[in-house]
Amino acid sequence: MVANPTKIENPKISVKNLDFYYGKFKALKNINLEIPEKKVTAFIGPSGCGKSTLLRIFNRMYELYPEQRAEGEIMFEGENLLTSKKDVALIRSKVGMVFQKPTPFPMSIYDNISFGVKLFESLSSSDMDERVEWALRKAALWGEVKDKLNQNGASLSGGQQQRLCIARGVAIKPEVLLLDEPCSALDPISTAKIEELITELKNDYTVVIVTHNMQQAARCSDYTAYMYLGDLVEFGVTEDLFFKPTQKATEDYITGRFG
Amino acid sequence: MSAVMQNARLAKFARRKLTNTVALVLSLAAMSFGLFWLFWILFETIRLGIGGIAVATFTQMTPAPNEIGGLANAIYGSFLIVTMATFVGTPIGIMAGIYLAEYDPQGWLASLTRFVNDILLSAPSIVIGLFVYAVVVSQFKSYSGWAGVMALALIVIPVVIRTTENMLQLVPSALREAAYALGAPKWKVITAITLRAARAGVVTGVLLAVARIAGETAPLLFTALNNQFWNSDMSQPMASLPVTIFKFAMSPYENWQQLAWAGVFLITMAVLGLNILARILTRNKI
Repeated sequence: MVANPTKIENPKISVKNLDFYYGKFKALKNINLEIPEKKVTAFIGPSGCGKSTLLRIFNRMYELYPEQRAEGEIMFEGENLLTSKKDVALIRSKVGMVFQKPTPFPMSIYDNISFGVKLFESLSSSDMDERVEWALRKAALWGEVKDKLNQNGASLSGGQQQRLCIARGVAIKPEVLLLDEPCSALDPISTAKIEELITELKNDYTVVIVTHNMQQAARCSDYTAYMYLGDLVEFGVTEDLFFKPTQKATEDYITGRFG
Repeated sequence: MSAVMQNARLAKFARRKLTNTVALVLSLAAMSFGLFWLFWILFETIRLGIGGIAVATFTQMTPAPNEIGGLANAIYGSFLIVTMATFVGTPIGIMAGIYLAEYDPQGWLASLTRFVNDILLSAPSIVIGLFVYAVVVSQFKSYSGWAGVMALALIVIPVVIRTTENMLQLVPSALREAAYALGAPKWKVITAITLRAARAGVVTGVLLAVARIAGETAPLLFTALNNQFWNSDMSQPMASLPVTIFKFAMSPYENWQQLAWAGVFLITMAVLGLNILARILTRNKI
């Protein structure tokens, strides 16, 4: 039933026959999908459809909870992520994630950025300064915080905190950036800034974004996947999916008749 | 809106207002009852204690009956025993708390530890004193400062375990996930993120544990015992403020009673200071 005619050249991540369980509950059913490199892919769908679940498999975040398990194949850099013997920390350093609610670490703005970098690189302090500035510039936050890098990250506004979290994710130079409803807790101005940022980020990164906001998906993604109750209903180029969906269910959802 | 309905609404509103007033008055009464005794205790402690405070209190040893003296050895002994007990008990308590909150919150070992910890937390301190007497003092045939340290550490540990676990549980799991998402290993997430986020609460727990043992008498009676002289050898019996107060307050000698009050004053002020410090530490955090 999955309509996936879209062939992606050089996919960054290929999902094949993926099932996912929360205990006995099957939350994802036979997902097949390819995430294109250096593009923005959006997952949309009503609450509980499994879009965040799918995102959290890409960096094996689900492993923190013993009752959750995934079956199938997720190919990333020629290897199945799910069965990879590589240290999960190494995978996460390549597949970064930004969460729904801003989560500044209880430390200074500077340390919030350098924390992740220090895990994998030994930089001199001037190189680290450079990296912190670079990451903050990428996240369009540098101008607002350059004079208060020693202040606690929690002292920033919600929108700034979220950009700090994006900067933190960017700083470790991952290849894929997963964004789990990054704007749902933010006001329209901060949201606009982050959307601009997402468009900017795809020059260097493969971005996957989960969003409740269809306009957001339409505005800033290149590809969109519509999910419903654990199924991938439709996946394709964003414009096609929004303007000429092949599935009735997709059309009902995006036109607001449902969901 | 009809007049009948309007009246019914007003009547209901009036009753709600009355209930509100009654609840407020009862709460205020309960609060003032508590505060009344607290302030009376503070007032008496200051009134009777401040008279015994002099330079000699801090420089001279506990005297014989009806002689001039101070509390220097008892203050020093209390300081040593409480400090050592805190240094022994805090790391054990914090590490056990980390285990309970971060490593195996639902496992059988954690449940068992929590259960035993609750028992230890509510165990009367005299039981702990007698336990240390049986396993340490009677084995080595000597009362000692170390035995006192062990008894007080046994009181510190459960308090610190409990507060550490509770404070770590308050840290949102989103913060942990965010750290894991950057590729941080578990120990790094715990030490650099979780424990750091819970820092103020954990430190408060330690301070409150110190405040608690600072005034404990029963565990020291059978362990550190007492000492009339200045002693910094922890393997010898040691004086402490609570035991000295106990001994002096029960005596018929006026100068001893005066010193007992001075000791009570010092302990009260120390505990008050620790509590205020704990408040300040938690004020702006979590």
